[in-house]
Amino acid sequence: MAITLSINKQAHTVDAAADTPLLWVLRDMLGLKGTKYGCGISYCGACTVHVNGRAVRSCKTTVGSVEKMEITTIEGLSDSETHPVQLAWQSVDVPQCGYCQSGQIMSAAALLSRNTNPTDAEIAAAMNGNLCRCGTYPRIREAIRRAAGQMAAKGGAQ
Amino acid sequence: MKLDRRTFLKITATASGAFLLGIDADLLAYGQRSNRSANTLSPRPFLRIAPDGAVTIMAKNPEAGQGSKTMLPMLIAEELDVDWKSVRVEQAEGDASLYGFQFLGGSMATPMNWDPMRRVGAAWRQMLVQAAATSWSVPESECSTRAGQVLHSASGRSAGYGELVAKAATLTPPALDSVKLKDPAQYTILGTSPEGVDTAAIVLGKPLFGIDVELPGMLHAVIQKCPVFGGKVKTANTDEIAKMPGVRKVIVIAGTLTDDPVLPLNPGLEPGVAILADTWWQAQSARANLQVDWDFGTGTFQDSTTFAQQAADALKQPYGQVLSQYGDVDAALHGAAKVLEATYSYPFLSHNTLEPQGATASFAAGKLELWSNSQDPASAKRLTAKITGLMPSDVKLHIMRSGGSFGRRFVCDADVEAAWLSRQVGKPVKVTWSREDDMTHDNYRPAGTIGLKAGLDPSGKLIAWREHYVTFGDGKRTITSGGVGTQDFPGGYVAAYQLGLSNSIPFRSRTGPLRAPGVNGQAFVLQSFLDELAVAAGRDPLDFQLELLSHTPAPGFEVHPDRPSSLNPERLRGVLERVAEKSNWRKRPQQPGRGFGIAAFFCHLSYFAEVAEVSVDAQNRITVHHIWAVGDVGSQLINPRAADNLTAGGILEGLTQMEQEITFTHGAPVQDNFDQQPLVRMGQVPIIEIEFRKSEFSPTGLGEPMLPPAIPAVTNAVFAATGKRIRTLPLKRSGFRFA
Repeated sequence: MAITLSINKQAHTVDAAADTPLLWVLRDMLGLKGTKYGCGISYCGACTVHVNGRAVRSCKTTVGSVEKMEITTIEGLSDSETHPVQLAWQSVDVPQCGYCQSGQIMSAAALLSRNTNPTDAEIAAAMNGNLCRCGTYPRIREAIRRAAGQMAAKGGAQ
Repeated sequence: MKLDRRTFLKITATASGAFLLGIDADLLAYGQRSNRSANTLSPRPFLRIAPDGAVTIMAKNPEAGQGSKTMLPMLIAEELDVDWKSVRVEQAEGDASLYGFQFLGGSMATPMNWDPMRRVGAAWRQMLVQAAATSWSVPESECSTRAGQVLHSASGRSAGYGELVAKAATLTPPALDSVKLKDPAQYTILGTSPEGVDTAAIVLGKPLFGIDVELPGMLHAVIQKCPVFGGKVKTANTDEIAKMPGVRKVIVIAGTLTDDPVLPLNPGLEPGVAILADTWWQAQSARANLQVDWDFGTGTFQDSTTFAQQAADALKQPYGQVLSQYGDVDAALHGAAKVLEATYSYPFLSHNTLEPQGATASFAAGKLELWSNSQDPASAKRLTAKITGLMPSDVKLHIMRSGGSFGRRFVCDADVEAAWLSRQVGKPVKVTWSREDDMTHDNYRPAGTIGLKAGLDPSGKLIAWREHYVTFGDGKRTITSGGVGTQDFPGGYVAAYQLGLSNSIPFRSRTGPLRAPGVNGQAFVLQSFLDELAVAAGRDPLDFQLELLSHTPAPGFEVHPDRPSSLNPERLRGVLERVAEKSNWRKRPQQPGRGFGIAAFFCHLSYFAEVAEVSVDAQNRITVHHIWAVGDVGSQLINPRAADNLTAGGILEGLTQMEQEITFTHGAPVQDNFDQQPLVRMGQVPIIEIEFRKSEFSPTGLGEPMLPPAIPAVTNAVFAATGKRIRTLPLKRSGFRFA
């Protein structure tokens, strides 16, 4: 069936069953490959996207449930590719293999959009759903702190 | 130290630290055939210089997060003498005729490439200097280079590499072993920490990984395999599945698995039912309706409870064979003032690369094109050629970035599946395993059981060590990656020593290397039992190890300057002493429920010592607060920030391994996704402080050596906090878990 989704501020109509996970529509039908498959049961966070500004796991989110909502993927996190979280990730050089990082970045961006000065405990709580098999967690924490500092300097959340 | 192919093979044949176990004989034999000695490589394929001076350097090895795509080109760029900012890095294709041995594993990228890759850069530099000197009619010796330019200071002339490259291209490259290398004091790139070459693309979500490959007309495939490894399809409702939405083809795979009960790393194409559809989700959804009547084959006997009983029984029997011994252990134990005995065990483990196994292949007109994230592209070529009836030279292999490898991608199973399916359907095919496929059809880290008996003299000195290593096999051959290092400390440093092997427990699933193969389990055992002995001797565990390391090594364990695989006790003492200082070990506070543990290990040519500080609550929940790590990887950190990242990651992987297991029931692995297989998460990450102790030795790798000591550092700290000794992993089987 035809389903219309608003992704990265653009409308996309796809022919997919309503119970198709958003993840696979993004990857295989719309060519947005930055969102990753890791487990399919929302335990790893590699597939994290924003729906109406909240971080959700796209592997367990059906396309039928997010029609008329604003979906943001890693590709659309900022128009100019200069979201403070992405810049912080780059300057800290967070990635090892890099596979989990778009999900990590989406979770971090969602956290910082509502809390520009998170404590370590708040960072842990917001990021605990995102696995990093390579163990870049200390860098992720550092990058979140750095992005928070940048965003605070610019005067609050974006 | 110069590691050419011959040296590499010698080391892998004799190494302690068991990194030899990470590389199967098949791979080594192939490497030996296909690789030319590093110094006979032509420098030409490794870089291009454009007329405008832009430099493109080929990254020869696969990248899975270990950093070699940045690090290996840095070696070339340094000796080429260019500004790193002017360098663009491109992933090389899998082609041993151009790039030599392309291979990810064993922490070998640095030791194997440190010398030849710098020489490639220096050879190019020499050709560019020669080109300039010839055109200026001046002696080469009067020319110098700086940041992509050849300079002749006497006449004030200079020329950019881009202006010289056309002439340099007409010159015969010098032999790599003839070129002059820089004094390390002159380095401008090595020792700096440039951003990873793919970092910018990763943070923007650009398609980079094997799973991101998209070809016109491509079909997506999932393959349902038998729960018991190697089981075959008797019947399946393929006609019904073929009618499901989006499904284009359903194929029963008979497979080409070997009947050998001791499986090699790449035992052949696994049987199953392949479903090919327009999208992966359609293929996966159709699979939910698949009904297969399986012939479960010969592996149904596999059961973890039985394995534990068989291991306990084996420990009561004499060894199958003695692997190493010197001195009279029986006499020394008999005369000891104190004798300690203990049995340790650790489980099967899965790799859990976050990107599941997969590959894309396109077979057309007698040629195969493969997009692979194998750790071993040469084997991927050979195996996909074999399954499609081609020669390896008919296979074009694109090396894709992979979302973790950790030893899993030495098995080229997904490559073989994609190649075979593409040949069957005459279209490009992308195979993507589900997480459940990945966890239940892994090449598991073999479980191990070790019985230990050791004796102390009246002064508390360790005088006898007997170790009985029990693993799986047919009594003659051990399963892949199931071996034990025969030179691991304290072997060689105890007066009387004996290491025996029993390998008669049958097993019929695939096993293979997991990051720090062998020693990821065995270091836990060796370093924990040493801690037990130190406690029994009334000695500080640090002093107990330092004193052992001051002994003269037994014959066969001596330090050889040209054999970096032999333990150098000064280097191990060096990291132990430094980590003790850093962690304030000698003044560590004594508090109930809180404790410090220390462990050290030499493997993969590198040395690490680590201290962990933990607390344990009344429910036996462990919080790891702090880990101090000191490494000795030789004279030069190539990319210090990446080294720190990799080291922290390896330590955290050690913690992860402490909570995981794969168990078998009715022949099949039980755990199939992350809900049953915990990984360390953000909230569990301790403070990690890392330092490298510079030594005079040639640089060695950081894929693995930080991992093994992390586990016993934590378990020894748990003992210090609670008085309870963890001898069985995962933690839950000793009554503990991480908070």
